[in-house]
Amino acid sequence: MGVQRNRQKLPYPSILILLGAALLAAVAASAALGRYPIAPRELAGILLSRIVPITPFWDPVQESLFLQHRLPRILLACLVGGGLSAAGTAYQGVFQNPMAAPDILGASSGAGFGAALAILLGLGRGLTVAMAFGFGLLTVGAVVYTSRWVKGKQVLGLVLSGMIVSSLASSGTSLIKLTADPQNQLPAITYWLMGSLNGASPGDVWLSSVPMALGLIPLLLLRWRINLLTLGDEEARSMGVNARALRTVVLLCATLATAASVAVSGMIGWVGLVVPHLARRLAGEDYSRLLPAAVLFGAVFLLLVDDLSRSLMASEIPIGILTSFVGAPFFLYFIARDGERH
Amino acid sequence: MSVEVRDLRFSYGRREVLKGVSFSAEYGEFLSILGPNGVGKSTLFRCMLGTLSPAGGGTWVDGRPVAGMKPAELARKIAYIPQSHNPVFHFTVLEMVLMGTAAQLGRFSVPGPKQRRLAEEALERLGIAGLRDRSYGGISGGERQLTLIARAIAQQANILLMDEPSASLDFGNRIRIMDAARQLAGEGCCVIQSTHDPDQAYRCSDKVLALYNGSVLAFGSPKETVCREVISALYGMEIEVCSLRGDTLRVCIPGEKEAFR
Repeated sequence: MGVQRNRQKLPYPSILILLGAALLAAVAASAALGRYPIAPRELAGILLSRIVPITPFWDPVQESLFLQHRLPRILLACLVGGGLSAAGTAYQGVFQNPMAAPDILGASSGAGFGAALAILLGLGRGLTVAMAFGFGLLTVGAVVYTSRWVKGKQVLGLVLSGMIVSSLASSGTSLIKLTADPQNQLPAITYWLMGSLNGASPGDVWLSSVPMALGLIPLLLLRWRINLLTLGDEEARSMGVNARALRTVVLLCATLATAASVAVSGMIGWVGLVVPHLARRLAGEDYSRLLPAAVLFGAVFLLLVDDLSRSLMASEIPIGILTSFVGAPFFLYFIARDGERH
Repeated sequence: MSVEVRDLRFSYGRREVLKGVSFSAEYGEFLSILGPNGVGKSTLFRCMLGTLSPAGGGTWVDGRPVAGMKPAELARKIAYIPQSHNPVFHFTVLEMVLMGTAAQLGRFSVPGPKQRRLAEEALERLGIAGLRDRSYGGISGGERQLTLIARAIAQQANILLMDEPSASLDFGNRIRIMDAARQLAGEGCCVIQSTHDPDQAYRCSDKVLALYNGSVLAFGSPKETVCREVISALYGMEIEVCSLRGDTLRVCIPGEKEAFR
């Protein structure tokens, strides 16, 4: 039986250092990689020139490509990957369900509806992001509000009304797709729904990082207490934790991180479900160790998948498709290897 | 007076579950609560823990009403030991025990060396230090129950509420769990358990509370309460109570009319 052995093969600090190093390596590789490769010497020059004056020895096209497109995309991949993974890990704890994903409360479907509506109305990129974010939060708000009408346990009510409200939002999106102009609006909506980091701008990074930080920082601070939520309200309370209040805060933060991710990247599935499990294998079940590991792991994972998405084929493959192509077999392998842990 | 329950009333909707229950227990005492299924033992515990608000009466701990205490404050006084369960996530035994220290920690804190020491001492006290790094989901039911008791010790509360701690355990583990509970009472804790085993209640307790139909049927020493009249009335059938080893043990058996019905 797998449960007999000591699950932690590496001491925790080494795991964090390892993940941190992997992240740095992935960032460096992603910066050099692409249709227009940039050599490490030029990369270093461009980066350093932002701090100290250096006479450019590189092509100005390279500089603008890197600073306006590639670097924002790398940062966004890290933010979205880390954010979705942290949110998924937190949701799984709160709902005491290892199969919970960041869209359990409808943040993604709501954001999808908001973005589709913005594209239909012909709004620009910035407003589309804002609409997606707003509708994502609005949807979760509606879920939390209607969950009070479900009698019985709060957690069950949330899951049920999450299903109801997000299917409502998806139907709304379908309706918009039906009325959208098939020449340009429909492809734009479809593309957005598939999820992509293509076209990431420095503005997107700023737009996303503020709500992301507002979500992630409290989650990381409260991380150990999430352990107690996984035992259920009564037990948590008997150990001195106000489960209802803590759950509300954790859900709010996880939702902020999810909405901030989905708004800039579209619907990227699987990351928030698979990465928490992979991080569990590395760092164990304790949320005080798990959550930071999941953030780093998610950042590395999405960055690498995004590299694949922009370099695998001549035209870019939407990352939402690739995450499930990469994530699903990965996940199957792990549950087949030791199913009793899942 | 450590715990005092006074005229506690509680209803689920129109169904009155507790109809004015009163009893008390001191530090160093082991109190067993007997009663048929569905009599409201769990409801009583929930009211004592502040999870449910009673319709009338209340619980006082060290003279203070539970109703006015914050969860963390109450957790430093009363620890709750649920029936051993199988949680969704596979925490290690040490991680599980460490959770008991939540009430000592600030909102944003993570258990430090002091809490680790408390948790390890609790494991040692119950003789399960060897399980420290094992998965809570992978140990036996008896070991899980001991882990939950260790968690209550790490919580440093002096009143322990145990919900049928020996249910679903094998014969040896029942005795082991009761020994551990008795030992804690001997060290000055106030231990309150609910149980379906009158023999055990007689053997282990200092006091027995018999709950029937939402009210107290009997409350007092085991000698007064674990007797033919009370036990027969409690379970609604003829039960004989036999005395063994100079009345240090009593064994309840179905009456002759009931035996082969």
